[in-house]
Amino acid sequence: MSSQRSTSSNKITDDELNALILRLQTLLPQLDQSRHGRVSAAKVLNEICSYIRRLQNEVDGLSGRLSQCLDSMDLTGFDAEIVRDLLQQ
Amino acid sequence: MNNPHHLNPTSLKSRFTTRFLRALTKIRAQKPISSSSPTEIFRRYRRIKAAADKSMAYSVRSRRIWSRAMLWKLRSRSYRRQDPCSGRRSGKTNQAIMKKSSNENTTTRREDGVGFVEEADELRQLVPGGETMNLCNLLDETAHYIKCLTTQVQVMKKIADFYSF
Repeated sequence: MSSQRSTSSNKITDDELNALILRLQTLLPQLDQSRHGRVSAAKVLNEICSYIRRLQNEVDGLSGRLSQCLDSMDLTGFDAEIVRDLLQQ
Repeated sequence: MNNPHHLNPTSLKSRFTTRFLRALTKIRAQKPISSSSPTEIFRRYRRIKAAADKSMAYSVRSRRIWSRAMLWKLRSRSYRRQDPCSGRRSGKTNQAIMKKSSNENTTTRREDGVGFVEEADELRQLVPGGETMNLCNLLDETAHYIKCLTTQVQVMKKIADFYSF
């Protein structure tokens, strides 16, 4: 893991930095490398921030949805079966 | 982001799902009355949101800086309810850590002429514990944090869809 290498010194190499930025870029479907090639680090981080905010808002919204239907949930029989069921879908 | 179909009981997804469902059961049991006033629903929403973050942080445990930061935040929040003074103390310590590490790294970055200090600072606000991370850790932790967020969203969505047809 690159984090182990960098704990010994303050400065990280350009290569390490590029690798980390590139990895973040792969998480963003809108900056798909096959179409955009190299994108500036600033842009990647910008998109990453928007993405994180969007995900956090989704969690917010889903929490709201769950609070509405919590009463109707039959959670009594929950065990490995339900979990497996959910993950299989 | 799209987890392959695996029924690995020790996967992050399973651990989170089990914990979260357990938490939902508890929340549901706390107020079994059927009258759902807007206040009550709002309270539940807050509890469910906290349960989602807690379940994820506990599923990751202390293997990550961001999960440690989140667990620390969750625990100090419950301590603060018991002891009103503890909140102030922990705030000061956190600030001291923040000043120290962020100064080190933003100066380094400017000397190197890399132009994304502002974006990195913005990212620090979004990732739990981000203020105390050096740039390398920040970028590394961000990737993992996003992976966990997408898992969280995926599972919560499945539960919501499952129970609200």
